[in-house]
Formats: sequence, C-alpha cells, structure tokens
Amino acid sequence: MNAPTPINHTQAEAGLVARFDAVRPSLAGSIAVTALRDAAAEQIKATGLPHRRVEEYKYTDLRAFMKSAAPLAAPATSAEAKSVLDGFESYGALDRYRIVIANGTFNADLSDVDALAAEGVTVTDFNDGLAGENGSELLATPKMAGQDGTLALNTAFVQGGVVISVKDGADVSKPVELVQVAVGEGAQVSRNRIVVAKGATFKLLETFAGDTGAGETNVVFDYDVADGAKLAATRLMAGKAEGAKLFTTLARIGADAEFKALGFLAGPAFARNQQFISFTGENSEAKIYGVTMARDRDLADQTLIVDHAVPHCNSREFFKTVLDDEARGVYQGRINVAPHAQKTDGEMMTQALLLGEGAEMANKPELEIFADDVLCAHGATCGEMDADLLFYLRARGIPEAEARTLLVLAFLSEAIEEFDEDTVTEELGARVRAWLAA
Amino acid sequence: MLEIKNLHARIAEDGTEILRGIDLKVNAGEVHAVMGPNGSGKSTLSYILAGKEDYEVTEGEIIFHGENLLDMEPDERAAAGVFLAFQYPIEIPGVATMEFLKTAMNAQRKARGQAELTIPDFMKLVRAKAADLNVTMDMLKRPLNVGFSGGEKKRAEILQMSLLEPSLCVLDETDSGLDIDALRIVSEGVNKLRSPERAMIVITHYQRLLDHIVPDVVHVLSKGKIVKTGGKELALELEKNGYADYVGEAA
Repeated sequence: MNAPTPINHTQAEAGLVARFDAVRPSLAGSIAVTALRDAAAEQIKATGLPHRRVEEYKYTDLRAFMKSAAPLAAPATSAEAKSVLDGFESYGALDRYRIVIANGTFNADLSDVDALAAEGVTVTDFNDGLAGENGSELLATPKMAGQDGTLALNTAFVQGGVVISVKDGADVSKPVELVQVAVGEGAQVSRNRIVVAKGATFKLLETFAGDTGAGETNVVFDYDVADGAKLAATRLMAGKAEGAKLFTTLARIGADAEFKALGFLAGPAFARNQQFISFTGENSEAKIYGVTMARDRDLADQTLIVDHAVPHCNSREFFKTVLDDEARGVYQGRINVAPHAQKTDGEMMTQALLLGEGAEMANKPELEIFADDVLCAHGATCGEMDADLLFYLRARGIPEAEARTLLVLAFLSEAIEEFDEDTVTEELGARVRAWLAA
Repeated sequence: MLEIKNLHARIAEDGTEILRGIDLKVNAGEVHAVMGPNGSGKSTLSYILAGKEDYEVTEGEIIFHGENLLDMEPDERAAAGVFLAFQYPIEIPGVATMEFLKTAMNAQRKARGQAELTIPDFMKLVRAKAADLNVTMDMLKRPLNVGFSGGEKKRAEILQMSLLEPSLCVLDETDSGLDIDALRIVSEGVNKLRSPERAMIVITHYQRLLDHIVPDVVHVLSKGKIVKTGGKELALELEKNGYADYVGEAA
C-alpha cells in the first residue's frame, strides 16, 4: 500500500537502470557489497535522479541536466592512460607522488606505489577491499547524507579506486596527486578511502585528466583523519567538460586533528562538489574552502554539511564564486551543532561576484544549533564588480581587461590564501587566470 | 600642455549639472592650485580629467599634449601622462601593493612601446622612492591600501606618482586627513617631482598645503566655474576672507 508511485523514467534514468543490469555481473564486491549496489540501483529506479523537488538538489537539477546515460568507460591499458597523462597539465613541475585511477580503476603500474610505501603509505586497490570481508564498510555513508542520489549512483556503479593508508606518525615528504584519468568517453565512477593514521601528515591533490564526453564522473573521496593527524586536500576540476562532474567528500575527523580542503571548480557544464564532514573527536579543526568559476549557461554547486557532533571543535567555511554570462552558482552550507557540542566555533562565509547580468547565485548558508555555548556565524554576499576599484586600477594605466583579471583574482585569492597551501597557491592562481583568459 | 575649454559636465546618473564652463590652461612646469568651497566642482574636475564614467561631458573639450583627452579611456590617459592622486585612495584586498605597482608600471610602459622593467630594476626603483616617502617594506607587502592609515594612503599615492612619472599630476585634496608631519613628507615628495616638463593641478580647500607646495597660479572655483585667477597671494587672501566674496560674484 505504501509503495511509492513508480516514476516515469527519463531517458537517462531508463539508461541507468539498463546500464546497471548490464554491468552488475562484472562489478566488484562481496555478496554484502552487491546487496548495497542493488539497493542503490533500486533507489535510482524508484526515485530517479535527484531533481529540483529534492531539497538538497533544488538548484542543481541533475535529472533535468542528464539527457542520457553513457556506458561506463571500458577498462584502459597503462599505455592508453599514460598517453592521456602525458598531455595533462596539473601541477607543472611540482615535486609530487602520483596515484592513478584510469577509467575508474586503480592502475598500479602508473602509480608510485613503492616510493610511497617507503614513506609509510600503502596504496591498495579499492576493489580488493570490496571483495574482502569488510567490503561493505568501504561503501558506508553517513546518516547526514541521507538518501543522497549522487552517492547512490556511486555505490551502484563504483568501478574501483584506491585505499590509501598513511601509517601512524608518517609525515609524507611530498604531496600525492590522486588523478582520475579518462581514456576515451564514458562514465567514470570511483571511490577512494584515504586513511591518515594517528599523528600523520598528508597532502592530497585530486585531479581529473582526459575527457569523459557525455559520461558522468562520479567520485567519492572518503577521508579518515585520525587523532592528531593532519590532512590537506585540494580538489582541482578545471577545463570544459560536457558530462556531469559529481564529487562527494565524506570526512571523519578525530581528536586534535586538522582537516583542510579546497574545492576548485572551473569549466564543467554541470558540477557539484558536496561534502559531508563530521567531527568525531574533540579539539579539532576543519577549514573548508571553495573557489568556483562558471560561465555560459553552466552550473557549479558547492554543498556541504559540517557536523559538530562533539564539543570543542572549530570549523571555518569560506567559499568564493565568480559567475559570468548566464551561469548559475549554488552554495549550500550547513553547520550542525549537536546538543552537547559546547564551545563549538563555526564561521561560514559565502561570497559571489557576478560578472554577467544574466548570472545567478543561490546562497544558502544554514546553522542548526542545539548547544547553548557556541560561537557560530554565517554570512553571504553577492555583488557586481566594484566600479570604483576598477576605475582606480585603470587610472593607474592598467587596461580594463587586465584590471578585471586582477580584481577577480584578488577576490578569489582571499580563499586560496587563507587555505594557505604553498604547494598549490601558484597553480590555482594560474588556473583562475586561464579561466579568465578563455 | 593642458587646455580645458568651456567644459560643461553633469552627473551621468541624475543629470545634475556640476561644471558650467571651465576654461583652464596649464603649461609645462607650472603648478596651478584650484581652490573653492565644498560642492564647487573641484573633485568632479579631477575625476573628469582622469576619465571616471560617472560624469558626462555635455560641452567643451580638453586638449592634452595636442590630443583630445575626452576620447581616451582612463588607462590610455594614464599612459599618456595623466595621474590623479585620489582624495580617498581605494583599498583593494587581495592585490599586493608591489604586484599592483609592477602591473601599473609595466602596463604604462607597454602602452608607450617601452620594454617591461626587469624585477631587479623594478625593486631598486621602488626601494629608493619608497624610502624618500617613508613607505616601509611592510606596507608594500600588504594588499593595496588595506589597513593603511590616512597618511599612509596619501604617501602611497605619491609613491605611485613618483614611480609612474606622469607629465600632469592632479592632486585631489591630498592634504585631507594628514597631520602636520605627514603633510610635510607628502609635500616634499610632490616638490621633488616638480620639473620644467611636468605640470600640476593641486586641488585643495585650505591654504596650508600651498605653504608647502607653492603654486604659480591660483584659481577659485565656484558653482562649476572659475571665478577668479591670481598668483599665490590669492590663496592667502582666501584664507583670510573666506570664499564669500567669490561665491557672491558667481551667483
């Protein structure tokens, strides 16, 4: 009696259902994992892709955007993946390790597995984990994510990924680039667990190479930041892309730990970077930044929930968005403070600069506070480029286009500089310039 | 060098008439002071020279080095040699002062067909001129004008002026917000820039700035017109008697 009325599937939804039936036998995982996949596929079948009547997707209608379901990308050889990587510029000459996911699965040949092992970092295939005894634990989703459609798509279709484990106390000498490589067109679905054990320090650079065509990219980054550990993650999605780019962060932060993340979105037609972050230990800090640029009729969405489930933690959320033409930007940020999470300090700010008259920004900062001894603030601003600033620069001889570039860069740099990761500051600035020059 | 002929201008947004027929000729090497009561159009004149879009010129012309200044964009005017020292220098968070100076100098050099400065040459130049104006390295490292005191902002303006070496310096109430020591430092900086090739228009309410920057010619602006022109002694007379006489004349 209570069964929901079956929905009329869009072409994409029908395609996803058919895609699941086709690939199900070949997807990795224990029986328990397969059951989770089936349940997720069933959710998609029953409720469809997330759309504007689902509160969390009100401004980011994936159902309307996805016209069809491209097949999952076929496995790629190392040679194919390498040739895409060779033509891919991410962090230039920055000294770093690399871990490669090609068409959704871990490629050990192209990854610095041995060098990382020497630094106390083990890298294993996510699919080995899925096949193991605790495989279903790797697909666990936090309660605050609810029945999230992006996560369901990931759970149903996840092709692979890596489990990165940084051992107790390790201070990895170089940042690690975790690059998702697309060889040929097709959907890419991967999931990655990053475990930074007690007292360890780790810097992760998440990048995306190659062109998936109309296929969606759906990547989950699942972080465990143990007591006293430090993790800094920079997610860099730059360049035009036709298919939906769907990224999810799941983070659990132990006691006395530090978690920093910056999500940089510039170029895709449809991008959502969603983050579900929870404090599980006291005296920890999370600093979450967003730098978003969109033009044409593109959409870029930064959504997050920071769950202060325990007392004495600080969180800072600082998001900057620049929109041109008729682009749409979305910021949905929520800070939850549990009843006993006293002495929470949360400060959320979202600022948008609208360059085009047809551009639109939806800013939705929220605080849900159930404790009485907390410091929490949120703010949102939205405006055009300041004509007085522009005039000042031009009056000093700086041509208009260059003055605009300087001001946009200055606006976005506030978040990049506060993120304060020397290894990426310059490159991100260069990406902003490249976007402006495009 | 500069010739303003029958300049009429209004606020673009609401059509309020501000300038009602300004005639002003400034030769190279001269320092002209423009004085006048609040609302007489002094700042408007400076903004129109620099090319601010908020004003609309309805009549008249401005010839600068033989070219029609009103046809030029603000950045073209700067490259051609116009510099406005702002009454209220603007804070630009996120733009480092040094980066801004380098960008501005190189943009002007590029517009004039000169090669860009090398970084060592640029640094040397900035260090030397900054020291003269008591602008510290700490200030230069900060974002442009952000957290600068009133005096620091004015010193930073004059530093920009000395680095950009304009042929026409327009100083809009540079003395406002300055204490006596800051006024002296700023004035010395300005006086150092006086040269036979360079002209200055010094806009001020008060005579005290003109004790330090001694003008060749003093104009009184009232209700959008120049109502009196004289030598430096005119400024002293205004200080003593106020603007009442001239405001009356214009009415």
